[in-house]
This record gives sequence, structure tokens and C-alpha cells, in this order.
Amino acid sequence: MNATSNETSPTCPLSRGRTMNLYFMEHRAKLLDIAAFLDRLDRSQPSFPEPLDDVRLAAIHDALAILGDGQPERVRRILELLSDPTLEPAPKAGEKGALGVWPQRQPASASSTSSSSTSR
Amino acid sequence: MPYIDPHIHMVSRTTDDYQRMAQAGCIAVTEPAFWAGFDRSSPQGFFDYFRQLTDYEPRRAAGFGIDHYCWLCINPKEAEDPGFAREVIKLIPQFLAAPNVLGIGEIGLNKNSRNELAVLEEQIALAAEYDQLILVHTPHLEDKKKGTRLTLDAIKRNGRLDPGRVLIDHVEEHTVKMVLDEGYWAGMTLYPDSKCTPQRSADIIEQFGSERLWVNSAGDWGCSDPLAVPKTMVEMRRRGHDEAAIARITLDNPRKFLSQSPRFRA
Repeated sequence: MNATSNETSPTCPLSRGRTMNLYFMEHRAKLLDIAAFLDRLDRSQPSFPEPLDDVRLAAIHDALAILGDGQPERVRRILELLSDPTLEPAPKAGEKGALGVWPQRQPASASSTSSSSTSR
Repeated sequence: MPYIDPHIHMVSRTTDDYQRMAQAGCIAVTEPAFWAGFDRSSPQGFFDYFRQLTDYEPRRAAGFGIDHYCWLCINPKEAEDPGFAREVIKLIPQFLAAPNVLGIGEIGLNKNSRNELAVLEEQIALAAEYDQLILVHTPHLEDKKKGTRLTLDAIKRNGRLDPGRVLIDHVEEHTVKMVLDEGYWAGMTLYPDSKCTPQRSADIIEQFGSERLWVNSAGDWGCSDPLAVPKTMVEMRRRGHDEAAIARITLDNPRKFLSQSPRFRA
């Protein structure tokens, strides 16, 4: 897995070494937070509807694949993965809140690579 | 270093926040009209809210040497009932002459519905009729990209507004390019759980440049940080951006956009 793309032009004033030193610990912690969340889902009590089939969980797995693909613009691509791709106005507003993932989204990775119980 | 927070809902914040912001260098805030966390039961509720924004809140800010400006509208979360919304819109013109009103905002979309879009178009027309600046809210999370596109198309359909007098707020990595490419100003909002962080806003500045771009805290009654703008200044400084570049985003750009209103003097 490539951690960074060699094709991205340098726009951040920091050197790569300095960027690693400044930000690694913070993002190591965030990575562990995601792992702990998935472990917590595994350890949680069964419920109905089953959240392991939740569109949000599928989106996390698909987003994790983007993190590892070595291509640039990961943030934009993950935001687009989570977004409503349609352009037709909705007939009614319904609930005021947003889910975080477009509810009609189809998983890109139907055959998940994960063997844990949090996989779809 | 002095800075402007061009989007913050001070009616939801304590006086201590004004004090801390002043100590951090804040010289001015602009406060768009927004959703109170519950739906108002009558247009009269908005009348009182507009009085708070144009009378009481500027005096509270002045106690700490901060200039307070505001924007008026019916927000998209209360725009699903067009009849109700039109009653609120009728109240707005009488407040436009108040000395701290900069324009119409934060109008926009929430769930991208037909009624929200109709009310948005009527408020765009109101801004055009009264030659007002516009501050636009773009939707949350999965609804943002679609809502941003629908909003830009609605402004273009109106045809009477200079994009340089419209600020499209809450941009992220998937919407900032379309906003800037079409000539609008773009705002990055710094929230702990959604929108941008100080780090991501600095990333966007590095990738898209600093022209027609600002940052704001959008501090309100939810999880938010009224000191998010100075925290972004710290983030840029630790990456090696010079003081002029930091001032451009947090002081010069807000001044440039907001000074298009003759009422803005900070």
C-alpha cells in the first residue's frame, strides 16, 4: 500500500519528514478510534434492524479502501462516496437532520475483504 | 493578531465567549439569522429575533470592543412551509436600514426539497431587489454537494446577482472548487465533528489558494468553538505560513467581501 502519492505536487510548506513528525501521533490515535469503534460494534448486543447491515458501516469499509489506494484527493473522494449524487430536488424535506451517508447508497465493495462480524 | 469571525451565532453564546474572543484578537463578528434548534411558532418570533440581532446583540459585543454585524432571512430548516416563510420574508425589509445589517443570510437549502428551493429563490430575489450581499448556508453531510449545486444554479437563474457579492459557506473538499470556479466567495466552517477542522481548512488554502476564501467558527448552540478562527491561525503558523498569508484569510478577505456593504467599517 502506498501511503502517499508521488504524483501530488507540493503545496504544503512543511517537509514530508516534518509533516510526519507533527501529525503522526494525532492520526495514530484517530486510526485506533476507528478500530475501537468497529470492535465495539462487534461486542454490542444484537438489535433490530441489524446495524451491521447499516449503510454507514458499508460506507466506512469503502472509505477505508480509499485510504489505502495510494491515490490523491482522498478527502474529496470519501466525501463524494458519502454524498447524494442526484440533482433532482426532493419532494419534501422530511427530517431536518442528515445521516452522514446517503441512505440509498449501494456499497462499492459488496464482497468485503473483512472477515470480522462487522463486515457485510 | 486581529481577526474577524465572519459567521458566528452569538445569541447562542455566553458573554464570557465575547471576552475570550476579544482577548484572542477578534475585532468584529457577523451573525447570520439561523435556526434556533426548534421551529418558531409564529412570524412574530422572527420579528423579535431580528430585533435581538439588530439592537441588543451589537450592544453586548460593543462591551468588549467587538463590532457586531448581522444578516437577516428565514433559514432553510424553517422554510418547508412556503406560506409561513413568506410571512417572515415580509418582515425583513423594515430591518434592512438598521446600521449593522449587511445583507440576506444565511439562506440556502437543508434537505434540498422543492419548497426549500422555492423559498431560497424568493430570498435571492429579495437580495437582488434591495441590492444586498448574500451569505449562503450549504447543507450538511451527504446533502451538501447536491445542495451546493442546486444553490449555485438558483443564483444563476436569477441572473441579477454578481457572484462576487455572494458568499457560499460551509464548503469542504468536494464543493470548494465549484464555488470558486464560478466566481463566488467561499467560507470554510470549523466544527469538531462535521464540516472542516483547522487542519483541513489549512489544507484547502494550500491547494486552492487564498483568493475569495475565509474561515469562520459558526459557533452556535451545538458542539462548536468560538475560538476556532485563532486556532486556524495557529495551525497555519506552525506549518510555516507567513503572517501576511494568515492575515489574508482571517482579516483581509473578510474585510474585502464585507466592505461591499457601506455599513461595514471594521
